[in-house]
Amino acid sequence: MQEVMKNKAKELLASGEVRAVIGWKKGEFCYDITPAVFTNAEEIDNGFIYDDFCGANLSKYLIKEAHKDGKVLVFLKPCDTYSFNQLLSEHRINREKVYVVGVSCDGKVDIEKIKRTVGDGIIALSSDGDKISVETLYDKYEINRADALAERCVNCKSKKHVAYDELLGDEGEVLDSKRFDEVEMIENMTADERFEFWRNELSRCIRCNACRNVCPACSCEKCIFDNDNSGYVNKAPVTSFEENMFHIIRAFHVAGRCTDCGECSRVCPQGIPLHLLNRKFIKDINTLYGDYQAGEDPEARGPLTSYTEKDPEPSVVTDKE
Amino acid sequence: MVKISFEKLNSLFEKISEKYDLFVPTKKNDGQSYFEKWEQGKTVSDDLNTVRSAKDFFFPQHEDIVSFKLDGKNIEITDERREVRPFVMFGVRACDVRSFSILDKVFLSEPVDTFYKAKREKGIVISLACQKPSETCFCTTFGIDPTEPEGDIRAWKGNDCYYLEGVTEKGNALLSELSLEECDRTEVDAQIENTKKILDRLPLGKLDTDSFGGDKLKELFDSEKWASLSESCLGCGTCTFVCPTCQCYDIKDFETGHGVKRYRCWDSCMYSDFTKMAHGNPRLTQLERFRQRFMHKLVYFPANNSGEFGCVGCGRCLNKCPISMNIVKVMKTLKGEN
Amino acid sequence: MIEEVLIPKLGVVTDIRIDTPDVKTFRVVAPDGKKVFEHIPGQCAMLSIPGVGEAMFSITSSPTNTEFMEFSIKKCGCLTDWLHHMEVGQQVTIRGPYGNGFPVDTVFKGKNLLFIAGGIGLAPLRSVINYVRHYRDSYGTIDIVYGSRSMDDLVDYKEIINEWCVEEGVNVHLTIDREQEGWDGHVGFVPNYVKELGFDTNKTVIICGPPIMIKFTLAGLSELGFDKTQVFTTMELKMKCGVGKCGRCNIGSKYVCKDGPVFRCDELDELPNEY
Repeated sequence: MQEVMKNKAKELLASGEVRAVIGWKKGEFCYDITPAVFTNAEEIDNGFIYDDFCGANLSKYLIKEAHKDGKVLVFLKPCDTYSFNQLLSEHRINREKVYVVGVSCDGKVDIEKIKRTVGDGIIALSSDGDKISVETLYDKYEINRADALAERCVNCKSKKHVAYDELLGDEGEVLDSKRFDEVEMIENMTADERFEFWRNELSRCIRCNACRNVCPACSCEKCIFDNDNSGYVNKAPVTSFEENMFHIIRAFHVAGRCTDCGECSRVCPQGIPLHLLNRKFIKDINTLYGDYQAGEDPEARGPLTSYTEKDPEPSVVTDKE
Repeated sequence: MVKISFEKLNSLFEKISEKYDLFVPTKKNDGQSYFEKWEQGKTVSDDLNTVRSAKDFFFPQHEDIVSFKLDGKNIEITDERREVRPFVMFGVRACDVRSFSILDKVFLSEPVDTFYKAKREKGIVISLACQKPSETCFCTTFGIDPTEPEGDIRAWKGNDCYYLEGVTEKGNALLSELSLEECDRTEVDAQIENTKKILDRLPLGKLDTDSFGGDKLKELFDSEKWASLSESCLGCGTCTFVCPTCQCYDIKDFETGHGVKRYRCWDSCMYSDFTKMAHGNPRLTQLERFRQRFMHKLVYFPANNSGEFGCVGCGRCLNKCPISMNIVKVMKTLKGEN
Repeated sequence: MIEEVLIPKLGVVTDIRIDTPDVKTFRVVAPDGKKVFEHIPGQCAMLSIPGVGEAMFSITSSPTNTEFMEFSIKKCGCLTDWLHHMEVGQQVTIRGPYGNGFPVDTVFKGKNLLFIAGGIGLAPLRSVINYVRHYRDSYGTIDIVYGSRSMDDLVDYKEIINEWCVEEGVNVHLTIDREQEGWDGHVGFVPNYVKELGFDTNKTVIICGPPIMIKFTLAGLSELGFDKTQVFTTMELKMKCGVGKCGRCNIGSKYVCKDGPVFRCDELDELPNEY
């Protein structure tokens, strides 16, 4: 797959069809991959990679890159194409300036999960079907690939690309995901337990803004949390509820637009399961207004941005419990 | 040298806790380790790095500086400094201990930061030697010896006990209060020898730092490579917040409803508003902000501190950057190795 | 407990002078009526209104003034807006002094001085000008080139006309950007005016103003034969702590709040062009 992608990238660069390629670049180790912009064949030969660790969703980089002259090629995994569509529908990307190459994905691996099993000191890693062989400074291990998959990939919602100009590899299907199971688990807690659960998770927040900055739905030119005049610019939790508010407000802001790409949880240095907040919104929106997947159709109007007389008006304070 | 068996560790911690707040690295349910106040039942995690560095003890993410009461045209100022209770940090790794001396150069230089100083004076650091360094460790690049860490007391984890050795006056005083069993260094020396062999095999253990330092300012600042290095930077503050040597801060006011609280909190040079003024911003794009962070550690800090780099090689930015960009990649790229 | 720099002192605004449509000069003393602290010309102080903000301002009064300090402040943001709405008697918080200040008692001693200022850039220079006027015998000739957008935008106009212009041995050259009724002085931008005036290079230059003015004036001075080692300027970047610790006002390895704000222009050449 990686070779096919490299050839495609080089071909389109050589023909002048695109001026740059947004892809993934090799790191120091086998897992620390960086999103990168490639502009010539040499860069692609030296650094381009597509493997188990290319989890980063490249769609948000198009906002910046597609503002420049010329066309860019971007490689998108199935879930990334939902973010791409959503950005299109919000007029954040000029479609004409992007050449989307869909690439198949059989789930990405979470290095943290591997480290939790094998410990520190990973120096070599290879994937062979269902197994991953890991060599550390101290020992060798073989682990099941399924056990190392990122949470969002375990609960993959779709292997189908909803946008592309060209597809490399096989097209997949929308999956019957179990992604709402954990949300239900939290819903089934008592109000106190639930409050405690989130207080505990969010108490670890250091307000680094990684979740916001990586989020394709957080594409505001000026975030309210960066706006001096908003009254919300505190950079640290000044009250014990400050960071909770940050995440709650952010979840509200992306509600109905979040495609559940899971980048927020992937990048959180504190391991906060932020995607669960968004999934709760998605689940509720599905229940209240009918099934809706943000990004599935760039022409669709989201349930929170359209109004019908039959729209339910749920109380802010639920009468549950 | 003295030792304390694993079975007796709890009673030792209990004893320390009588006079001090004791903090130890503990594993949380997210699988990562954090320094937490010790209480019965809390065990010491063997993880190398806590997610947040130990700088939090002296330079917390936020602290109140002063509060104001406003009454018409009058202002009342209240000093918010509080007495700091003496505390002990157990299990600080060599890289983090070194970071304290880097922070000292900033906060203890004139005019002294009294918030930092008060905590520094009241804190006793018990460091813990590393035995199983990670591939992301590169403290040895900066001349740090993780087998014999600095600190007030240094400790080694043996097969059935911790070995402790007083380093500073403060450390020796605490050790003498604890009256532990004397012992020889046999196991410790063997461990050090063994760990050193592993250190030699670390992939990033001997990074070349010759291309960096205060005298390389112009050539590094003007390097064309900053553009590609910074192009996918998200502009978040993860690297700065997990970094043990990043110490930039903001001062902000918070309306409490019955007055104004002025607090200091961590800030990040990666943020777009860091240098923004009413009439302009000298660092307009992420390139300039990104460059600032690494120039600070590799050029500006050494320029002002007799060549010492502002990095301790703990590897946190390698592990935590959302896009896996980090100081190692920056150093290698600037040198032309990548 | 020992003193903490981040904890401010109280100041009381005892006089507010409207200088231009967007510049006011505030007189500040301690609540006991004395000066809050002593300073060197060119040094700055952190003024704040709790809940609104805190920012660095240059002290525009001369240290030879034994009664009070003055700050000429241009309205350009949240805090300065608030300050402009203050009334006499309002308390503010103040801490400082910060920065190195101008070398008035060393390098400048015995030298012929040429001051070049644009707009609000006069504020930090006024402190030096009044200092050297006070110790007139210790310095050589004094030339002042000052320009603004219009006549109404000249800061400290009354003091310039009534004191500086009438003083022997002080040559004041005023200019405004565009022709204006009631103005019979020079019209034109400061950099060009400096070239027209064509100063002898036996002077030490002190310059402050908008970056673009400084840039072109430096080029003009260079044409006239001035060396960068003869030229001093004062910088302004975002500041929070004022003591070189919060990490934001650096130009390369120098902190403007601590190593500056006064730099000799050849020193700036050694630093990255990031200001």
